Amino acid sequence: MSTHRISAKGRVDHGKPVRFTFNGQRFEGRKGDTLASALLANGVHLIGRSFKYHRPRGILSSGSEEPNALVGVSRGVGRSEPNTRATVLEVFEGLSTVSQNHWPSLKRDVGAINDAFYMLFSAGFYYKTFMWPKSFWNKVYEPFIRGAAGLGKSPSLPDPDTYASRYAHCDVLVVGSGPAGLAAALEAGRSGAKVILVDEQAELGGSLLSEPDTGIDGQPAWQWLKAASDELAALKNVTVLTRTTAMGYYHENFLGLCQRLTDHLDTLPEGAPRERMWRVRAKQVVLAQGSIEKPLVFDGNDRPGVMLAGAARTYLNRYGVKVGNRAVVVTSHDSAWLAAIDLAEVGVKVAAIVDIRSSVSDHLVRLARAHGIEVLTGWTATGTRGRLRVSAVRVNPVGTNGKAGRARVIACDTVLMCGGWTPSVHLFSHTKGKLDWDEERQMFLPGAPTEETRCAGAGNGTFGLAGALREGAAAGAEAAADAGFKAKASDYRVEGDFECTGISVRELPTDRNPSSAKAFVDFQNDVTAKDIRLAVREGFLSIEHIKRYTTTGMATDQGKTSNINGLAIASDAVKRPAPAVGLTTFRPPYTPTTFGAFAGYNRGSLFEVTRKTAIDGWAEENGAVFEPVSLWRRAWYFPRPGETMHQAVARECRATRQSLGMFDASTLGKIEIVGPDAAEFMNRMYTNAWSKLAPGRLRYGLLLGEDGFIRDDGVIGRLSADRFHVTTTSGGAARVLAMMEDYLQTEWPDLKVWLTSTTEQWAVIALNGPNARKLIEPFVEGIDLSDAALPHMSVAEGRICGVPTRLFRVSFTGELGFEINVPSRYGRAVWETLYEAGRQYDITPYGTETMHVLRAEKGYIVVGQDTDGTLTPDDAGLGWAIGKAKPDFVGKRSLTRSDMLSPGRKQLVGLLTRDPATVLEEGAQIVDDPSQALPMKMIGHVTSSYWSEALGRSIALAVIEGGRARQGQTIHVPMPGKAHAAEITGTVFLDPENKRLNA
Amino acid sequence: MLLIRCPYCAVERPEVEFAYAGEAHIARPQDPSALSDEQWKDHLFIRSNPRGTHFERWRHIHGCGRFFNAVRDTVSDKFAMTYKAGLPRPSEAEIGKARS
Repeated sequence: MSTHRISAKGRVDHGKPVRFTFNGQRFEGRKGDTLASALLANGVHLIGRSFKYHRPRGILSSGSEEPNALVGVSRGVGRSEPNTRATVLEVFEGLSTVSQNHWPSLKRDVGAINDAFYMLFSAGFYYKTFMWPKSFWNKVYEPFIRGAAGLGKSPSLPDPDTYASRYAHCDVLVVGSGPAGLAAALEAGRSGAKVILVDEQAELGGSLLSEPDTGIDGQPAWQWLKAASDELAALKNVTVLTRTTAMGYYHENFLGLCQRLTDHLDTLPEGAPRERMWRVRAKQVVLAQGSIEKPLVFDGNDRPGVMLAGAARTYLNRYGVKVGNRAVVVTSHDSAWLAAIDLAEVGVKVAAIVDIRSSVSDHLVRLARAHGIEVLTGWTATGTRGRLRVSAVRVNPVGTNGKAGRARVIACDTVLMCGGWTPSVHLFSHTKGKLDWDEERQMFLPGAPTEETRCAGAGNGTFGLAGALREGAAAGAEAAADAGFKAKASDYRVEGDFECTGISVRELPTDRNPSSAKAFVDFQNDVTAKDIRLAVREGFLSIEHIKRYTTTGMATDQGKTSNINGLAIASDAVKRPAPAVGLTTFRPPYTPTTFGAFAGYNRGSLFEVTRKTAIDGWAEENGAVFEPVSLWRRAWYFPRPGETMHQAVARECRATRQSLGMFDASTLGKIEIVGPDAAEFMNRMYTNAWSKLAPGRLRYGLLLGEDGFIRDDGVIGRLSADRFHVTTTSGGAARVLAMMEDYLQTEWPDLKVWLTSTTEQWAVIALNGPNARKLIEPFVEGIDLSDAALPHMSVAEGRICGVPTRLFRVSFTGELGFEINVPSRYGRAVWETLYEAGRQYDITPYGTETMHVLRAEKGYIVVGQDTDGTLTPDDAGLGWAIGKAKPDFVGKRSLTRSDMLSPGRKQLVGLLTRDPATVLEEGAQIVDDPSQALPMKMIGHVTSSYWSEALGRSIALAVIEGGRARQGQTIHVPMPGKAHAAEITGTVFLDPENKRLNA
Repeated sequence: MLLIRCPYCAVERPEVEFAYAGEAHIARPQDPSALSDEQWKDHLFIRSNPRGTHFERWRHIHGCGRFFNAVRDTVSDKFAMTYKAGLPRPSEAEIGKARS
């Protein structure tokens, strides 16, 4: 069955077969396999089509750096994920996977035509090709490109999974559990420090899993690994997290760890979260991220069957899979020789080792020859053959002049390449840690850290097992010591460790025309060496520009396998040293991370706080339709069965004007301002004069920013000489309190004033309409409700329905109105009592929409709707609210800046459409002449617009340049379909004499 | 996520407990009406925006609610020190000492 499985090898459970499908075809793997290892065990290399050229692609690597082998995974309704790397996806019983980016099938793909037009699709192709005609971009080019490009298909159903999150603190966080990370975690753990060890793979070990033929302290590597893992598991102060990616390293040792909990399970446990995002604050961090193998850049280096040599070694030793039957190794580094020998030992025919170096260690050459491998040192690879799988590699000797000689073709089904190893500095880079360029080894290494962090092992440029253990132990001990624990680094005795060396090369030398070579640098974004050189020729000299122009390193793998090759080629083309060209910045997340993991519990009803008033439950029971207002949910309107919104609002408006309407105004922001200097504080904050406001009286207050523009407004009651009950807009409460606190704490700390938010302490029931007084009279104690004793704009304290109240006589509708403040816990009871009693007046609950209509009919503004942060009091027609005699208040000085006094400012006006049935769109622009040429001169916009039931026609408020002086003139409002003519009017449409108000 | 020390609570807490509040040591003039348009514009809008050491205000909004001042490096983002509102701008020596 599994043609390429070697049962004597690997850590997979050969006794536990696992069945899965790929493109509908059934395969068998082993428990412990990744999808990549399981497919390779079945001889499958062809996994997908490439992004741009639709070239057949296979498996390049064996880890999270994989750029090629991306698949779609599905397991039941809603559970589909595109672009999953086959190299990290663990197989489970029933796993279903598909290849991506092809039509009609993986083996026959129409899109592969792009490959034939390779010359057209070079760097900057989209920018150059689709420039003209301009109008074609939206309609033709972009839809076409979007259809043709891209990788997997996005899921279209809501994600049924849940995601968890957790905060944690520790003394030492170790990232990576290869030899360096294990040694670090052991030292820190033994010291008693609280340690978290995190590794993205399913089990601990890192490179030890791929290279078992070494010994540590007299034990075989895997035996030592087991002992180390057991010791860590037994330490209560150590938390080991496998299948967990340290995806981001943020300020002050704060790291995000994404733990995958259920993706590998055969059956999903009911209710278990799929992933958990850990947010960890560590005192000390040890980064032991290891290194990533570099591909070599030569023509046809992307063909299925061409893969990294280290990956082949991993598939053999860790998974018990031989990646082919006849391999050729192409390398510039010793490590590929070891891979070749491992493969030869299990019977893979290694036809040749082609090493670009002319001189290689005698030991390796002897070893290779002893295994019957032809050694071609000082040779280059110049091409591969085969359509869906490599069938041969073309190799040439390189002369002393650096030129490639006569070609030879070697048949093979696998090409194993190695261009050296790149230390993984990703997390270190997230911290803005400085990277130092190692010229000799052509690699960036972690330099001076900006955080409490240490790098160890291959990720620090220290290759080899002995070095990794030594450096890891030292880093772990030092980290523990810096976190306040006693620790000493252990010594490790290592046997069988061969210290590999190698050289870094750019494109391999070739005897062919390099401009026709498809020598890939970035496999995922289909960027070739030629593209990078072209970008440089076209003038892109900084790596950040080259990256964006060619898209190298911009795919989901962030160029893990391609960045250094790309940089080396760019640096050669620019003729500047690599550090001068620079490395692009690595950013979180290290590997693609689900939105679910970031969102955690914060989805659905937990996405945002929903604030509800004490009366909200009544509204819900009585059929209210709700709307969100800042974080509040507010009753929008109360439709009766069969009513449209328009009908409901019209009925609510009529009822309020004719008899009695009832409105939950509890969301009004409320601030209690108390103290001997309360009036002085009010004088300085608000535009109005407060000193002479008598206790028991209300005043409309206007709050500006220091820039002179309207910030907030509200009715303010003076309860006594030293106590004000301030109301703010519903959305502005927190902002206003913060602004007041700022001035009080930092500008006027001498004032004796205390500010308290009381928004949620008071429920507010607004009663409006001619019968408002009659309704409440029987329920009120201790307050004379007569117009003489409690005129419009006054407040009294007493009792209503037996509970304490601050009773405001105030109106936001133009009708006789009261706002009944009662402690929140009584809000609903008082509401229900008044509602029951109000039936005799056909009392009608109304929502925010009716409130908006009624206030607009009276020309009362809503800050934030009719104002937008650029309106002065005068612009809004509120000049009267300014205490002219006051020497100063917040914003006063700005009101006399020259621009604030200029004649062309936009001013708030009313609009009456010529057609009374037309309700203008809020936000619509206003012009003088609708037939003028585009772009039209816009002179203002509509801020509020409604059907007015009271007037039997539409009304609108608008801001128009110099609008107040233009009353009676006609303007036009272009809307979809036609421009509507409207007359500029005053802002008060109903009862300008306020007769109803003062009833 | 940064850690910020509230000088009133005398504890270090994560950034999410705090709100930024603009540049520090910009006192509101005693009598704004005495200022020219130019001077008032400078007070309102012109900020130092340095590369490096920045004196700025923060508020421990989800803690004690107090406004305080901080010295932060705008390149590294890191705080050198925090101090109570009303205290004078710390000297370079004090900042250096706090950093070390």
